Amino acid sequence: MADILKTDVVIVGAGPVGLFAVFELGLLDLKCHLIDILDRPGGQCAELYPEKPIYDIPAWPVISGQDLVVKLMEQIAPFSPTFAYNRMVTSLEKLADGTFRVTTDENEVVEAKVVVIAAGGGSFQPKRPPIAGIEAYEGHSVFYSVRRMEEFRDRDVVIVGGGDSALDWTINLQPIVRSMTLVHRRPDFRAAPDSVKKMFDLVEDGKMRFVVGQVSGLAGDNGALSAVTVKGDKGEETVKADRLLPFFGLTMKLGPIAEWGLNLHENLIPVDTEKFESSTPGIFAIGDINWYPGKLKLILSGFHEGALMAQAAKRVVAPGERIVFQYTTSSTNLQKKLGVAG
Amino acid sequence: MTKITFIASSGARIDVDAVDGSTVMEAAIKNAVPGITAECGGACACATCHVYVDEAWTAKTGKPAATEEDMLDFAFDVRPNSRLSCQIKVKPDLDGLVVAIPERQA
Repeated sequence: MADILKTDVVIVGAGPVGLFAVFELGLLDLKCHLIDILDRPGGQCAELYPEKPIYDIPAWPVISGQDLVVKLMEQIAPFSPTFAYNRMVTSLEKLADGTFRVTTDENEVVEAKVVVIAAGGGSFQPKRPPIAGIEAYEGHSVFYSVRRMEEFRDRDVVIVGGGDSALDWTINLQPIVRSMTLVHRRPDFRAAPDSVKKMFDLVEDGKMRFVVGQVSGLAGDNGALSAVTVKGDKGEETVKADRLLPFFGLTMKLGPIAEWGLNLHENLIPVDTEKFESSTPGIFAIGDINWYPGKLKLILSGFHEGALMAQAAKRVVAPGERIVFQYTTSSTNLQKKLGVAG
Repeated sequence: MTKITFIASSGARIDVDAVDGSTVMEAAIKNAVPGITAECGGACACATCHVYVDEAWTAKTGKPAATEEDMLDFAFDVRPNSRLSCQIKVKPDLDGLVVAIPERQA
């Protein structure tokens, strides 16, 4: 087993609510480690609507999703939280001494007395295109990301999509494949213009094909793909393929959280409204992922939940220690932690 | 109020009254029209409120904007009359609008 990282609190999810929890926990001297499936902080604010204005953050008449994330990162910087991006928490177990052991899909292990699940709508995972029977090919011939380029060497590869992932992998894999075909429903692309130009240059040089259309069917057997059917304006075409890489964006899935024994209520984690603790003591849930009577899925509600949760988390980490309630406006102690004491 | 008819993939017709200034997606959600998921809540950030605008109405609903086209890349079985219903604003002009819901959302 790799080195075990030990901290006070592991936060699953680095969206706005997970980030603000670092602040509230930090005021109580609790160190946080955050794990997120995305490659950057912000959760839905970063992935779904970075440029969309949000109008219901108190004292911000309007702020974009991305600016909110930037401000939150600035606000929690004094507490030096640590982040692990591009990671999914795969297991959560309670050890004999009450410590929680959290393991990621990269086999990293973190131990903490408190786990805070701030996972929003679940983890962002690649969207499966609704092509009949695609499941049978997944992991053998159909992949949603490139983990090892060797998997594609000397293969007949079809990539579907018009964004940066599709174009980048088309260009990067082209030199090692037997044949490369990019399929996209229209001749316009979301991807960077430079990549699009590179792709068209490869087409010009006869090194790959670009087909305008949509994948409508797969052929093969026993998980081994042999061809894909592409439906275009001029009818259907069969393209030889033993590897298919569809890039259809991300969707939110609850993922392994369902297996952590938290008595889910319609895929949400029921909590009390005093501590926002789940059915397992020491595991808290805040933000969109939790449920209680009257729950509203608002960022501002998640902030409130984080503040109350932090008080309870402190009691788990430091039982018996007296918690003195203080204000950031007047407490020298808190101001020292924030690095603003005069 | 503006009348909108949704045609489910089963062929069932669902007539709803939509508030002018709202979106076709909102009208669908408010009336629990099956087949419109609207995962992102109308931010034009997913493709789960995909509809086919009846050919008679495409001129009035107009063409998708660039950001909407980008999102339609993620939809299933996109056709020339495909739109994301969160991007169609309800207005008196559209009274009687007919949209069909695809068999599957992305």
